[in-house]
Amino acid sequence: MGEKVLITGNEAIGEAAIKAGCRFFFGYPITPQNKIPEYLSYRLPQVGGCFIQAESEIAAIYMVFGAAGAGARVMTSSSSPGISLKQEGISYIAGAELPCVIVNVMRGGPGLGGILPSQADYFQATKGGGHGGYHMLVLAPSTVQESVDLMTDAFDLADKYRNPVMVLADGYIGQMMEPVEFKERPQKVLPTKNWAIAGAKNRPRNLIRSLYLDPEELEQHNLKLHRKYLEMAKNEVRVETYLTEDAEIIIAAYGTVARIAKTAIKMLRERGIKAGLVRPITVYPFPYETFAKISEKVDNILVVEMSLGQMIEDVKLGVCGKAKVHFYGRTGGMVPTYDEIVTQIEKIVKEEVA
Amino acid sequence: MKKVFERPKSMFPVPTHYCPGCGHGIVHRLLAEVIDEFGIRERVVGVGPVGCSVFIYNYINCDMYEAAHGRAPAIATGCKRMHPDLIVFTYQGDGDLASIGTAEIIHAANRGENITVLFLNNAIYGMTGGQMAPTTILGQKTTTSPLGRSSKREGYPIRIAEMLATLEGATYIARVSVHNPKAIIAAKRALKKAFKIQIEGLGFSLVEFLSQCPTGWGMSSREATKWVEEKMIPCFPLGEFKVPRSEKPVK
Repeated sequence: MGEKVLITGNEAIGEAAIKAGCRFFFGYPITPQNKIPEYLSYRLPQVGGCFIQAESEIAAIYMVFGAAGAGARVMTSSSSPGISLKQEGISYIAGAELPCVIVNVMRGGPGLGGILPSQADYFQATKGGGHGGYHMLVLAPSTVQESVDLMTDAFDLADKYRNPVMVLADGYIGQMMEPVEFKERPQKVLPTKNWAIAGAKNRPRNLIRSLYLDPEELEQHNLKLHRKYLEMAKNEVRVETYLTEDAEIIIAAYGTVARIAKTAIKMLRERGIKAGLVRPITVYPFPYETFAKISEKVDNILVVEMSLGQMIEDVKLGVCGKAKVHFYGRTGGMVPTYDEIVTQIEKIVKEEVA
Repeated sequence: MKKVFERPKSMFPVPTHYCPGCGHGIVHRLLAEVIDEFGIRERVVGVGPVGCSVFIYNYINCDMYEAAHGRAPAIATGCKRMHPDLIVFTYQGDGDLASIGTAEIIHAANRGENITVLFLNNAIYGMTGGQMAPTTILGQKTTTSPLGRSSKREGYPIRIAEMLATLEGATYIARVSVHNPKAIIAAKRALKKAFKIQIEGLGFSLVEFLSQCPTGWGMSSREATKWVEEKMIPCFPLGEFKVPRSEKPVK
């Protein structure tokens, strides 16, 4: 095992990006993700990279567009209201099939909302967000260590699929300090970027665009993107199951909430209630299959989120009516405690008996 | 027999979609001539706008991006930072650059990005059907200023070249016109200078082209060139507004 360092999630994400070969960062200050750009503003020049604090979130995402189109490993990061501003560019990036990584350290909304942790951007991250019908791969870490590990995967997946990848964290993961190991990982063999802008020397010129005025051509383009999303759904679904083998009741949660749920599950088992956890690591593509299978074994699933219910819609699609799906959530920067989760589960179990 | 006229090698041999009398075709040709004359086609990258010239990639034979409305300078920034050895230009109209893209152009200029911007000002939104532009002149009728632009209702036309020339980061800023052969020759000279500045690594350069839009203005081609001379130039004076420190501006 390698050396561990104590580091905040935001700084760890920055360092992990550098270890993953990212050399370009364009961003704009917004709480609670500021440590990512601050960290990269001095680390990137040390490794021959480029950091620009853009004039806006919008300009930042189009600098990403420009660098990604030129073949760079490039990322941006922001928090909820800033991600809303980036949505236009993310749609163009998806349409033009450019690889990049976007980190969202979620805070409470809607509007300016607050600066404390939230999971209220689930719909925005997984269902399109911007216009036109596209998808990002969305990875949701639940620890600082996992954020680090997922950053390398995020860049590799972006290059593999020529698609934007979002790392969906929350304010806790961003600002919490944890011991982290930056593991050396073998370089993946990825497709060469022969489509990238580099000057039309000894080849026909390259063109990066999302414009297809001929509807037949645009339909073909969209069908191609759709096939890519199906391919992702087939190959890239990641999910953690925890104490589900003998479980009689299941908690579904992702990110920070999943950690709290694990503590609640230990407490419940001490009280004789066999609870288990299903934790989506990719929230797009979503682990529908896991929920389909588990709902054949249990009658009740409690979805817990730092929102008033967004992932629950995907859980219900997976469960498909075969189990009862309950919900508990806190919002606005409030966080569900393990006591609250235990109480919710006990209530469901009691009602079942009655 | 001596060849006295040919298509620039950097242009695809295709007819353009522009209306008769439009200035875009002239500016495209000047751009292609300058690229040919510097012999840099294989290391030139263009960033196209939204608007009538959205299809510039169909005409100029070099690596190109098609940008979102107003965002070309940010895309050019990302590309140039990745490939400092490439020659990067953006091509933008007045709605694109002077309205929805004001933040991007001001900050690209202020950072001194080593790129070249071709800014075509025809005082109207052409592609969407003749709406008021930020550069529409006072009194000018458009589909969204049907009574004629009034400073009280719609504010004043924006003088981009003068505004950007106040920025320390900008190296070369000029305004030219393409309404007659003399003006076109001067326009090409300015464009060549702008590219030379980028090639020499001296920083941000922008050439604003006053251009006729007979369709959007509801005029014949001849009336439109006259309108540039009589109405546009008094509002948007021609000349160099910022030159490298070693030079004096040509007014």
